[in-house]
Amino acid sequence: MSDNIRIVPDATCTFCGCVCDDMVLTVDLEHRRITKSENACVLGKAWFKEHGIEERPFALVGGREASTAEGVEAAAQILANAQFPVIYGLSDTTCEAQRVAVAIADMIGGNLDTTTSVCHGPTGIAFQAGGESTASLGEIKNRADLVVFWGGNPAEAHPRLFTRYAVTAKGMYIPNGKKDRTIVLVDVRRTPSTPVADIFIQVKPRSDFEVLWALRALVKGRKVDPSIEQRTGVSLAVLEDLAGRMKSCRYGALLFGMGLTMNRGRHFNAGALLALATDLNEFTHFVAKPVRGHGNVTGADNVVSWSTGFPFGVNFSRGYPRFNPGEFTTVDLLSRAEADAALIIASDPASNFPQAAIEHLKRIPVISLDPKLTHTGQISRVAFTTATYGINAPGTVYRMDDVPITLRPAFDSPYPSDEQVLAAIRDRVRELLGGNRPAISTRQPAAAAS
Amino acid sequence: MAVTMTLIGGRSSKQGTSLCAGKLGEEYLQISSTVEMNVEDMARLGLTNDSMVRLRTDVGEAVLRCKGRQTKDLPPGLLFMAYGPLSSQLMAGDTAATGMPISKNLDVEVEPVDGSAPSGE
Amino acid sequence: MLRIVNGRVYDPANGVDGAVRDICVQDGKIVADPPPGARTIDARGMVVMPGGVDIHCHIAGPKVNLARKVQPEDHRHDVHPRTRFTRSGTGGTVPSTFATGYRYAAMGYTAAMEAAVTPLGARHTLEELHDTPVIDKGFFVLMGNNVLLFRLLQEGRREEFRQALAWWLAATKGYAPKLVNPGGDEMWKGERNANITDLDQKIGPFDLTPRKVIAEFIEAGNELGLPHPVHIHCNNLGHSGNYQTTLETMRMAEGRRAHITHIQFHSYGSVAGKSTDNPTSKAREIAEYVNTHPNISADVGAVMFGRSTSMTGDAPLAYMLRRFGGGKWVNADTEHESGCGIVPFTYQDRVYTNALQWAIGLELFLLSEDPWRMVFSTDHPNGGSFMSYPRLIRLLMDAEFRKEQMAKVNQQALEHSGLRDCQSREYTLSEIAIITRAAPARLLGLASKGHLGVGADADITIYEEDADKEKMFSTPRYVIKDGEPIIEDHEFRTDHEGRLLHVAPDYDQGIEQVIQPFFEDYYSIQFGNYPVADRYLHHHQTVPTAPQAAGSAASAV
Repeated sequence: MSDNIRIVPDATCTFCGCVCDDMVLTVDLEHRRITKSENACVLGKAWFKEHGIEERPFALVGGREASTAEGVEAAAQILANAQFPVIYGLSDTTCEAQRVAVAIADMIGGNLDTTTSVCHGPTGIAFQAGGESTASLGEIKNRADLVVFWGGNPAEAHPRLFTRYAVTAKGMYIPNGKKDRTIVLVDVRRTPSTPVADIFIQVKPRSDFEVLWALRALVKGRKVDPSIEQRTGVSLAVLEDLAGRMKSCRYGALLFGMGLTMNRGRHFNAGALLALATDLNEFTHFVAKPVRGHGNVTGADNVVSWSTGFPFGVNFSRGYPRFNPGEFTTVDLLSRAEADAALIIASDPASNFPQAAIEHLKRIPVISLDPKLTHTGQISRVAFTTATYGINAPGTVYRMDDVPITLRPAFDSPYPSDEQVLAAIRDRVRELLGGNRPAISTRQPAAAAS
Repeated sequence: MAVTMTLIGGRSSKQGTSLCAGKLGEEYLQISSTVEMNVEDMARLGLTNDSMVRLRTDVGEAVLRCKGRQTKDLPPGLLFMAYGPLSSQLMAGDTAATGMPISKNLDVEVEPVDGSAPSGE
Repeated sequence: MLRIVNGRVYDPANGVDGAVRDICVQDGKIVADPPPGARTIDARGMVVMPGGVDIHCHIAGPKVNLARKVQPEDHRHDVHPRTRFTRSGTGGTVPSTFATGYRYAAMGYTAAMEAAVTPLGARHTLEELHDTPVIDKGFFVLMGNNVLLFRLLQEGRREEFRQALAWWLAATKGYAPKLVNPGGDEMWKGERNANITDLDQKIGPFDLTPRKVIAEFIEAGNELGLPHPVHIHCNNLGHSGNYQTTLETMRMAEGRRAHITHIQFHSYGSVAGKSTDNPTSKAREIAEYVNTHPNISADVGAVMFGRSTSMTGDAPLAYMLRRFGGGKWVNADTEHESGCGIVPFTYQDRVYTNALQWAIGLELFLLSEDPWRMVFSTDHPNGGSFMSYPRLIRLLMDAEFRKEQMAKVNQQALEHSGLRDCQSREYTLSEIAIITRAAPARLLGLASKGHLGVGADADITIYEEDADKEKMFSTPRYVIKDGEPIIEDHEFRTDHEGRLLHVAPDYDQGIEQVIQPFFEDYYSIQFGNYPVADRYLHHHQTVPTAPQAAGSAASAV
C-alpha cells in the first residue's frame, strides 16, 4: 500500500438495498483501490474491494475499441433512428443518471423500464391496487417488537438488515435489541437466515398466498379450516399463534422478498401480504416493506414515478407516458421481439433474462453502460465503460425505505459516469432530432452523421 | 430416467461476493453453475457431491454440478441454485402480463449426466 | 425587456385597482422605464396581475410521490404531451412534476409552497422541485412530531429548542416550520394507532401537550424572525366540534404571527345525529376571530366537488378517511420526525358532510373582512386539485353562479351552514388579486413577489377579461416569469427553471453537539449524511430572516 491514503467516513455502500451509509473507507489513492471498508458486511466488502480501475477501452463500437465520444455518436445515431427503442436497467446508478435516461426516453418517444419489473414490480402492482402501510427502517429499529421475514434470505442477501436495522439493532423503545423482539421467518427451506428466527415457519412451495389469506381471515376473526395444513404445510395452530402475536404486538413489521414476487401468484402474493399489514392496523401499528435488491432501484422507482406518474414499464411513443405491465415491461417487449434498439444502463439482462428475450437482444443494436464487462456488454453494438457509482461517481441514491442519501465517492476514475455519458447522448440526440420528438409524428429517420 | 422436481433460484452470499469480482469471472461461473439437492433425492438418483446433472424445462436446459443438503435444510423434491446465466436458461419468457418471469418454484426434469462440465443451451 | 401597455393593472399591494398603466420589465425585474427597443405587449382588454402565489399545496416529495405511484388510474386519462422543448407528463389530482410546473404556469401561477416535508425527505423534495419547471418554489418542514425537539421541550431546554429549530431549517433548505396535528403522529406510531384529541392531552411517553408544543413553536418562529414564522395544521382536523380546538390554538399566539392552514377543515361545530355527532358550520366564529386578530392569518382550504387525493402528515386522519373511501390507503412513518397518510377521495355534492365542507369554505371567504389574512387555497389536492382554482374564483366573484351551485348540493348541509346569510357578497378583481397573489406573498414574507412595484420580480400574468371568471382565470394570455414570456397567446414558448426559495437562519454551532448524539443513538442514517448539501439548491434564493430579541411580540403584518 502506498503512502497516499485517504479515509472516507460516512460513505455509502450500494451493493444492496440496505444502502448502509456508515462505511469508513480506507483508500489507496495511488493504486486507486479501497483497501479497507469498515462496517461493511461480506457483500459490501466484496463490492468495495472488487471495484477498482480496470484497464478497459473507454468504449467498444462494433467490437472495435473507441473513445467515449465515438461511442456517444454511434449510440445517438441508433437511438435517433430507432422505431421502438427501449431503455432498461438503472438500478445500479445514480438518480442524476436516471433523470437523464428518462429525458432521453421522453425525447425519442421510447420505452423506459427498470429492473423493478423483474424484482418488486409485482409489489408495485399490488401497491397500486391497495396501497401499503410502511415505515422508514429507523422506525423498525426503534419500535418494532415483532418482525416477520417472508420469502427472503437476508443473511445472504441483506446481512445488515439483521444487524443494523431490524433484528439485533438496539432502538429507543427496543433497548435490548433482539431480546426485546420476536423474530418470525417464513420460507420454503432453511437458509442461513433461519437461526435468527424465534419462530420458523416452513411453507410448501407455491402456497404463500393461501397462508397469507388464512392469516388475514384469522386476524379478522373468521374461521379457517384445519385442512389448511395439508394445502400449505402450516398447521392451523401455528397460524393462529402467529395471527395472535401480530395483533398483540406494539409495532409489527413484515419484510418480504422475491419468494413472493418471483413465484406463482406474483402480485397476488405481494398484495395479500400488504393487505394483511393493512388489516392489522385495526388492532395495532403494523407496517410492511419490500426488501429491495439493488442499491438504487428505489431511486429508479422514485425518479420514474415523479417524472411520469408511473414507477416502471413506461412508454412514451405517443408523446406522453403510458403504463402497462406486460405491454411495456422489458422482458415482454424483448420476448415478443418488439424492440428494435436497446439502451441498457447498469444492468445485465443478457445474463438474467429468459432465453427468448436474450435471443432478441442479440438481434438488435444494444448500447450498454457498465463499469465491468458483462454478457450484455459482450453482445452490445456500443459498450461504454463507466465509473462505478458511489465508489467513483457522485450522486444521490435512495435506500429501500425511500430515504435519499448523497454518495461520497472514494477515488476518481478515468472513465466518465453514467450521468455524463447519458447527458452527452441526450445532447447529441437532441441535435439530431431538433428537440423532443413531437407527440404525433411519422417517424422520419434522423440526419445521418456527417 | 428423468424425475420432476421444483427449482428455486435465489441469491447467496458467495454469489453476491463473486458477482462483484465480475460476472464473467471464474468464481461467479462456478457458484452459479451449482445446484443444491436433498441428499435423499441424490441417493435415489445415484448422485454424489460434484456429480453432473441436467435440468430441463420447456424452454431450455442446463447442466450443473450437484451439492447435497440435509432434509431439515432442503426438503425432498426441492432444488436451489444461485441466480446466473444458467438459471436464466430455464426461465420462460411468459410474464402473465406482469413483466415478471417466474424464476422460483419452476418444475424441472432432473437427469444425471455422465462426465460433462456445467453448460447451458 | 418589456413594456406592457393598455392593460388594466391590479396591484393591490401598491394601491393599483384596475387603472390602465404601463408595466415595464428589465433584467427580470419591474422597472420604471425600460430602455428603448423594449418589446411592447399590447394588453388592451386584458387584466394585468402579479403571478399567482400558492401558499399551501402538495406537489413534491416522498408523500406526493407515493400518492402518484399508488393511483395510475388518477393520471392515465389526463395526459400531458411533450412539445419540442417541454417535457411530457401525466395529470389527475397528483400530476407528475413536469406537468405540475407547466400547469401551474398555465394558470398564471409563478410561485408555490410545498406544504409538508419530513427532514429525512428534504433531499427528495428538492430533487422533485428541481424537476418542477417554471415556478419558484419552497417547502415547509414538518417539525410538530419531532422526537428530539419534544425531548428538548419537555426538559425545558427552550434556548436549545430554538437553536435546533433554526438548525433544522438550515439543514433541510426549508422555508418555514410546519406543525401537523402536533403530537398526533407520535401517538399513532408509538401508541398503537392512537391520536391526539385534546390540546391538553399528554403526548405518549412525553411530558408534553400539544398546547405546549404549539405555543413554543409560535414563539420560536417569531423570535427567529422567519419570513413565515409557523404554519399550523391544527389538531382534530375533520372532527365535529373541532372549531374549539382551532380557536384555542389561535389564542395561543398571544399577538404573535401564526398561520392556520386549510382552516375550513377546522371550522366545524356539532349537532347530535342518529349514531354520531354531525358537523355543522362554525365559519362565522372562526372568521370573526381571524377578522379581529391581526396577528393571525389563514388559508381557507376550500373543498371542490369531484376527485381529490387526501395526502397529509396527519396519519391518523388518513386512516379515518379510509373508512369513508373504503379503497386504497398508504401510510408511511418517518423515524423521529413524522408520518403521512394517503387516501384517494371524491367529494360529492349530495353527501351531507362534503356539501357542508364546500359551503364552509365559501362562508369563510365571504365573511372575511381582511382579504390580506384569509387567503386562497384548496390544500391541493386534499380539498381539490389546483386545476379547480378558476372555478373557485368564479364561485367567489359571481353570486348568481354560486346560487345555482348551492341549489344542487345537499340542502340539509346548506341549512347547517351560514352560506345563505352571506350569499350576496361578490369578490372584486382586486380582492381576488389580494387573496391569490399579494396576500400569500406578503404572508410568506416574499417582499419581491405578489406585486408589480419597481424592484419586484417580473412575474406577471395577463388575463383576457371575460364575464365568465372561470374561463378568464383558466387560460391567461401571457405568463411572464423573471421577465421572460413563458406563455404567449395561451401557448408555451420556452421552458424555464424556477428558483428554490429557502431560509438560512443563523444558529449556534454548538447545537450540533446536542443533535449528533441523538442521531448516533437512534437514527438509521449518519449525522454527517443528514443535512442537505448546497448542490441540491440549483437555482435558488435565500430569503432573509430578521431575528428579534427573545420575548418580544412580533408586530402584525
